[in-house]
Amino acid sequence: MDPKPLWLLAELTYKCPLQCPYCSNPLDFAGGRFKGELSTAEWCRVFREAKALGVLQLGLSGGEPTLRPDLEDLIRTAHDVGLYASLITSAYRLTKERLAALKAAGLDHVQISIQGADEELSDRVAGTASYRDKIAAYHYTRDLGFPLTVNVVLHRRNLHQVEALIRLAESLGAERIELANTQFYGWALHNRDALMPTKAQLDEAWQVVQRERARLGTRLEIVWVLPDYHEQYPKPCMGGWARAYMTVTPAGEVWPCHAAGRITTLKFENVRDRPLEWIWEHSEAFTRFRGDAWMPEPCRSCPRKAQDFGGCRCQAFLVTGDAAVTDPVCSLSPHRPLIDAVVAKGERDSAAGRTDGQWTYRAAPASRALAAKG
Amino acid sequence: MSAVADARAPRLHPKARLSRDDVRGRDVLLYPEGLVTLNTTGVEILKLCDGTRSFADIVATFERRYATTGLAPDIGAFLEGLAAKGLVTYGP
Repeated sequence: MDPKPLWLLAELTYKCPLQCPYCSNPLDFAGGRFKGELSTAEWCRVFREAKALGVLQLGLSGGEPTLRPDLEDLIRTAHDVGLYASLITSAYRLTKERLAALKAAGLDHVQISIQGADEELSDRVAGTASYRDKIAAYHYTRDLGFPLTVNVVLHRRNLHQVEALIRLAESLGAERIELANTQFYGWALHNRDALMPTKAQLDEAWQVVQRERARLGTRLEIVWVLPDYHEQYPKPCMGGWARAYMTVTPAGEVWPCHAAGRITTLKFENVRDRPLEWIWEHSEAFTRFRGDAWMPEPCRSCPRKAQDFGGCRCQAFLVTGDAAVTDPVCSLSPHRPLIDAVVAKGERDSAAGRTDGQWTYRAAPASRALAAKG
Repeated sequence: MSAVADARAPRLHPKARLSRDDVRGRDVLLYPEGLVTLNTTGVEILKLCDGTRSFADIVATFERRYATTGLAPDIGAFLEGLAAKGLVTYGP
C-alpha cells in the first residue's frame, strides 16, 4: 500500500516577533516567493483534505502562528474534522484569555519554545525580550489544563544549560521537553559556525539527559534530538521522504518537510492550484525520493537503508549541491569530509576561545537582503 | 489478576483524544506527537472511562453486555497499558 501522511505541519505565517538565529524557516522568507498568506477558507480546506488523506496530527506553526487573528477558526475546523491540534508558539504577548479561547475552539496541546534557562540568555538568543512572556504562558497553559511541551533548540551557547532547562520544565509541570540539537537548515545553516557545538559539550549534555531520565521516569518525557553532524550514521529523516509528513507553507506551497523548499532542483506545487491528494500522490516533489529506487551507492546495497532511508535529502542538497546523493553525514558517504571539516573548525574555535562568533538574527531585512543575493 | 484496584475510576487523560482514522479503517487514541491504535472493544472500554464509573462498574457493564465473566484481567491490563503511557488516569 502506498504510504499516507499522518502529520501535517501548517506554517500559518512567516511573521515572527522572535529572531532566533537557527530558525528553520527559509532564509528568503520575506522574499516574493512567500507573499500572499492563505485565507481562513483555504486553510480550512487544506485541513479537510489532509484528514481525508490520512493525516491525524496537525502542528500549527510559523513564524508565530498566534499572529493569525483567525487562529481560533482554524483550530475549530481542525478539531471538527478530527485532527489532533498542537500549537507551536513563542508565546510572545500570548495572554491567558487568548489561550482560553484557543482551548474553547478545540486546541489539544501547546508547545512553547524557550531559548535559554534564564532571562538574559533566552532573550539574547531570541533577539527579542520574550522570556517573561514565556514563563507566564507556561503557567497559563497549565492553569487551563493543556498538556505542555517545552521546546528548546540546543547549540554551542546554551548546551551548558540542559540540566537547568530540564529542571525548569519539571517545575512548570510540563509533560515533555524537546531538547533538539540544532539541525543545519535555513538560518541555522547560515549561522552554522556560530552555533556548532563541541563534542565535549554534547557528551556532557547527553550524560545529564540520561541521569535526568532515570530520575524523572514517566513524570517528564525528555526527547533528545541527535546532533547529526556528530553521528556516524544519518538520521531517518521524516521517517523517509514523503512517507508520513507534509508541510504547507504560509502561501500554500506543499513540501515533504519544512526544509525541502530549498531544494532548487525540485518543483513544488501549491494548494491553490491542486488538491492535496494529487500533490501527495503525483507531484514531482513528493514522488522523486519516495521509496528506495532513487538511491545511489553506498545506500543502494546498504543494509541500513530500510532504517535511515538514505538520511536527509535536504542536507544532501545543501552540503553537496545534489539532493540525490547519500546524506553527507553518513560515514560511508564520499562527502563526509565536508561535515568533518565543519565539526573540526568548531573544535578549533572552541580550543582557541573563539566561542562567541557572531550570528545573523532571523529578521525580515536580513531575509530580503539574502533573497536579493539569491 | 488485575493491577487496577476495583474502586478506582479510570478516565482518559486530558491530553488524549479518541478519533476515527477512516483512511486506515481504525480507531485511534491521539496524544502529543503520537497515537495508539485501538480495537472496537478498546474504544467501548474507553467510552465508559469517565472518571466516575469505578473499574468494578466498568467490568460489570462489559460482562453484562457480552453475557460473560472473568473480563477483569483483560480490561485491567488494557487500562494499565494506557496508564503507563500517561493516557489514562484515575479519579474525577
